[in-house]
Formats: sequence, structure tokens, C-alpha cells
Amino acid sequence: MDLKEKLVSSFLAFENGVDVDHPVHDIRSEAIKNFETKGFPTKKEEAWKYTSLNTLQKIDFSIFPKKESMLEYRDVKKYFLHEIDTFKIVFVDGVYSSFLSETTHDGVDVCLMSSALNKPMFKQIIDVYFNKIASKDDSLTSLNTAFCREGAYIYIPKNKIPKKPIEIVHFSTGNEAALLLQPRNLIIAEENAEMQIIERHQSLTANEVFTNSVTEIFAAKNAHVDYYKVQNDLTTASLIDNTYIDQKDASVVNVHTFSFGGKLTRNNLNFYQNGERIDSTMKGVTIIEEKQHVDHHTLVHHIQPNCESHQDYKGIYGENATGVFNGKIIVDKIAQKTNAFQQNNNILVSDKATINTKPQLEIFADDVKCSHGCTIGQLDEEALFYLQSRGIPKKEARALLMYAFANNVLESVRIPELKARINKLIANKLGVRLGFDL
Amino acid sequence: MLKINNLYARVDDKEILKGINLTVNAGEVHAIMGPNGSGKSTLAAVIAGKEEFEVTEGEVFLEGENLEDTSPEDRAHKGIFLSFQYPIEIPGVSVTNFMKTAINESRKAKGLEEMPAKDMLKLIREKSEMLEIDRKFLSRSLNEGFSGGEKKRNEIFQMAMLEPKLAILDETDSGLDIDALRIVANGVNKLKSKDNAVIVITHYQRLLEYIVPDFVHVLHNGRIVKSGTKDLALELEEKGYDWLKQETVL
Repeated sequence: MDLKEKLVSSFLAFENGVDVDHPVHDIRSEAIKNFETKGFPTKKEEAWKYTSLNTLQKIDFSIFPKKESMLEYRDVKKYFLHEIDTFKIVFVDGVYSSFLSETTHDGVDVCLMSSALNKPMFKQIIDVYFNKIASKDDSLTSLNTAFCREGAYIYIPKNKIPKKPIEIVHFSTGNEAALLLQPRNLIIAEENAEMQIIERHQSLTANEVFTNSVTEIFAAKNAHVDYYKVQNDLTTASLIDNTYIDQKDASVVNVHTFSFGGKLTRNNLNFYQNGERIDSTMKGVTIIEEKQHVDHHTLVHHIQPNCESHQDYKGIYGENATGVFNGKIIVDKIAQKTNAFQQNNNILVSDKATINTKPQLEIFADDVKCSHGCTIGQLDEEALFYLQSRGIPKKEARALLMYAFANNVLESVRIPELKARINKLIANKLGVRLGFDL
Repeated sequence: MLKINNLYARVDDKEILKGINLTVNAGEVHAIMGPNGSGKSTLAAVIAGKEEFEVTEGEVFLEGENLEDTSPEDRAHKGIFLSFQYPIEIPGVSVTNFMKTAINESRKAKGLEEMPAKDMLKLIREKSEMLEIDRKFLSRSLNEGFSGGEKKRNEIFQMAMLEPKLAILDETDSGLDIDALRIVANGVNKLKSKDNAVIVITHYQRLLEYIVPDFVHVLHNGRIVKSGTKDLALELEEKGYDWLKQETVL
């Protein structure tokens, strides 16, 4: 049985475990129909031309984990930003771990999707927001919607700021030979609310994991959301991250994506500017090697006038790694005075690495500023010689140049401890000790 | 200190150095002058070990040791320093951190411990004062957004920190106003001793009023066509290079 059939037939079993009278279940039923009709995307579709899911579909993934796993904090501490105090929403093999988590209902809600779906007190918010910005058309999003029951639920009311950053961490323990995970996150920042979120998927063994995640983020007027995605997984872990962001007047949403490891990583990052004076920023650093594959597909839909969007993605590809960047910007006819910037720079460290990069601009307004640029190159030999001539060995010199290349993106990380952590991850990846903390 | 024997070097298929002979002793300052494209910067880069250039004949010796197949970093560890005509910008790496890395890599190569942070700070303070460098400047990203003058001063600061045996200054005077030129030249003069040597590569005689050479060599078409004392530089300033070109043809 192929994976699609297995999923569709599992839906019946899934229904036994959820409240089928809940209005959300109608949404699930619609979604499974869409997935059944469309199936997994294939390379024939323009958006999936360079990313194939064929290999993944041949793996016999468990859809529901059979046994529960326990993790000791000390064994997984290093995957948390433990240098500072954070709220934590932690899942082990897709199941919420209250033991590793630190949630709150004190003025803000930092808790679970399952609670939000099942408890009457959240019903009103679920009715207003759930599945409202996520695509009803995209087959993988539909697949997630069909099976949604767990994930992070964060609600920050008007004028509130949680007192610490929020970490969303998904561990997979390898209890199953191959495991499919489908977390579903709903994140709402009401007027003037602010929050910082760090998300991570971490496989702890070499057993296959395939995560198909959907996150909906709503930023109301003047809200500010900083979202950091740390993708530094094992080469047996694949991730499809579908993130949908709805922004209202004068809101600011910044998404940083650090892709340092994983077998196949696809980031579908979609911004919808449903208001004026909105600022949307998406930045990424990708450093991969071996046969790893990272695909960034961004969409910014400028729907209203006087908004800005900024995109800056840096990629360093070694060995047989492959990368994709596809940045789509749509400027509607009424979205005058839009400023949209897009930059994608890549360095190929090996002859066998490849990158496909493509800006895709659809501009219907006439008074706009849109710029885009993409570059693909090698490390600058003259710069390398400069560093070597100061006594810095070639390996370290290369690392310094790569670090400098990615630096723009790191500059805007607003949690210093996270920035330090990312710097360390980069130094480790590049295999150097530079004698100082970058 | 430095001995170059019949050195030929090329990049791709283009021969640039065509039989250079040069001896520089400890305690000496040599100036290398010559028109554009004569091979001055290539000579500097070949001494520093730039791999883009292929040495097809001849040798370079530093303190009697043949530098053939020696990497640029190893040459730096042995005491060669090249001040770049166009220093490279390294965003995200401060001048201080860059110097820490450079100095400690050099110490590592010599089997020494890393320099204690306290000593490093003291050294940085001492050398930056000597070159009239503002402390704030040291926490900026290396060369990023530096003016031409700041870049050159920073090169000499690096030289001061690394204390090379042989310093090669490639067009250090270009892009400098007279005040910056004076500060840079003063720095070089203070670093000069009987145990080290300096090669100054320049177009113009101006820098040589401040860093007075013991010998002046004129490079033309990949060869040293004339050598003399500092008076030769004055003569070049007056007459240009054309008379030398003609002399070589004859």
C-alpha cells in the first residue's frame, strides 16, 4: 500500500479517537477529500519541480505511534535554549510531554492545540481563527488539517507580552521504525501583543521521521511576532513546514529560518498582508552538505497599500547538497506604495552541489518599489588569500568567509542567547574553532 | 632575510615575472617602483604565497629557507606580512576578534599556548595607540564600511600586532591623504628595527619622503631594470618611467 492510500484509509481509525461532532471535524473531512483527490505533489507541478517526495512515499511510516516514550530532560537539554528561561511546549513522537513542558494560562495562553480544540472556553477563538489562513487547496496542508489534533496553541491578548520566549520542540525517539508527524500550530497575537517563538524538530535516532507541519499565525493591529525556526536535524529526518501568516495594520512579523540539516526540508512560508503599513520580514541561512536538500518557497501577497516586505536568504551548499529558493511576490492593483525587497545569495562549495533560485514577481500596481537579486558563486579567492596571509589556515579562513557571508541574517536575531547558539551551530557545521565566540 | 633568485611567475598563460633577482637584508628598507602592469603587486603576492600565481622558475628564500610549496598561512607564521592594496571586508568579525584569531593561529603553528586575554588586550591597546586608532574602531567589523585611509591604517595595525620579519607594503600610500600618510609612515618607522626588513611598493616618491629606503628598484615588464639609492626615486619623480623603458630596449 502506498503512503497516500495508507493515510486515506487511516482516516477512519483516526475518527475513532476524536470528537466527530466538533465543527472542526467537518473541516477535517473536507481536507481529507482534498488530499484524496490531489495526493502528494509531484515534480510535474511547477512548485515541486526541484523537490521530489517519491523516496519518502516509499517508506512505510507509522501514522499513529504505538507506544509512549519518555525522555529525561538532561538527555535533551542541549536542544533547548537552556541559557535563558522560556515557556516550553514539547512533544515526544507527536504526543504532548507535560514533563518537559512549561505552559501557562496566566494572562496569556501558551498551551496545546488539543486543549484548544476540546475545551469549550477556546471554542470562540477556534471558530474565528482555526484553518482560516491555511490553504484549503494545498494537498499537504489538507493532509495536515485532516489529521490535526495536536500542536502548539498560543494566544496573546491585546496589549500583552508573555514574560519569556516560547519554545516549541518536537522530538522523535525512534520507537517506530519510521514515523509520520503532523503537528498543527495556531498562534494569535491580538492588538499590540508581542511574542518571540523558537521552533525546533529534533530526531534522536537514525530511524526515519517525516514531519508535515502546519502553522497559522495571526498578527492583529500593531502586533509584533518574531519566529525562529531552527532546522538542524539528522539526515534521516524530513520536514515539510507550511506556515501561513495573516497580518493586520501596522503589524510586524519576522521569520528567521536556519536550515543546517535534515534529509529533505521544504519551507512553504506564506505572508498575507491584510492591512496597511505592515512589515513582513523573512530571512534564512542554509548550510548543508552530503545529500541534503533544502527548498525555500516564500510567498508575500501585498493586498493593501503602504506595506513592506523584506527577504534575505543566504545559502552555502557543499558536497552533493541541493537547494531551492523560489520567492513569489504578488502586489495587488490597489496595493500602491508597496516596498518589496528580495535577496537570495548562494555559495557552492563543491562542484556537485546545486541551487535553483527563482524570483517570481507578479505586480499589478504601478506605484511600487520592488527589487530582487540572486547570486550564485564560489568563495572569493582574493578574500581567502587575505585571511591566509594573516596566518589563518585555509579551513578556518573559509569558515570565516562563510560566516561573514551569512552575517546579515544573524544580525537581526533579537534573542542574544539564540544568536550565540546559532553562531556555535555554524562554527560546528564548518568544523572550526576560531578562538573566539563568533 | 629575503633572497629571490631568477624568479619567473605566471598567471594562466601570462608570464608576469621574468627573472627577478633581489636580496633584502635585515634592517633594510627597499622600495620597488615601476609603471602600472610592471609586476609589482604580483611580486608581492608571489612572496606572500598566493596560489593563483605559478612559479615556473627560480626560488624565494626566507632566512635561508626555500619557500617553495609553502602555503600563505605558513609564510605568515614564518614572518612574512603583506599589506594589501585593497583590504577585504569581513562583515560580522570585529578587528579585535580577527587579530585574536590571527595571532593565536600563528602561536599554535609555533607550538605555543594561546595568548592570555590580558596580554592580548594590552598588546591591542599599545599598538592602537601607536597608530592613533580609536578603540571604537576595533570593535567594528573588519574593513566593513572603512574609508580608504582607515583600511590602510588597519593594515599597518595588523602588521604592528603580528610583528613580521619581512613586511611588504603594497601601494599603502594610495588613497591616503597627507595626515593619514604621515600616521601610517610613522607607524612603519616605529616598527622598523635591525632585525626586520620592509619592502615598500609604490608608484610615487611621496611615501618615500616618510619611509626612507636604503635601496630603490625599478620594475619594468617583469624585471628589475634599475637599482639605486633613494636618489633614484627622485629621478623617477622628475623624469617619469619612459627613459627607463627606452634604456631597457637598448
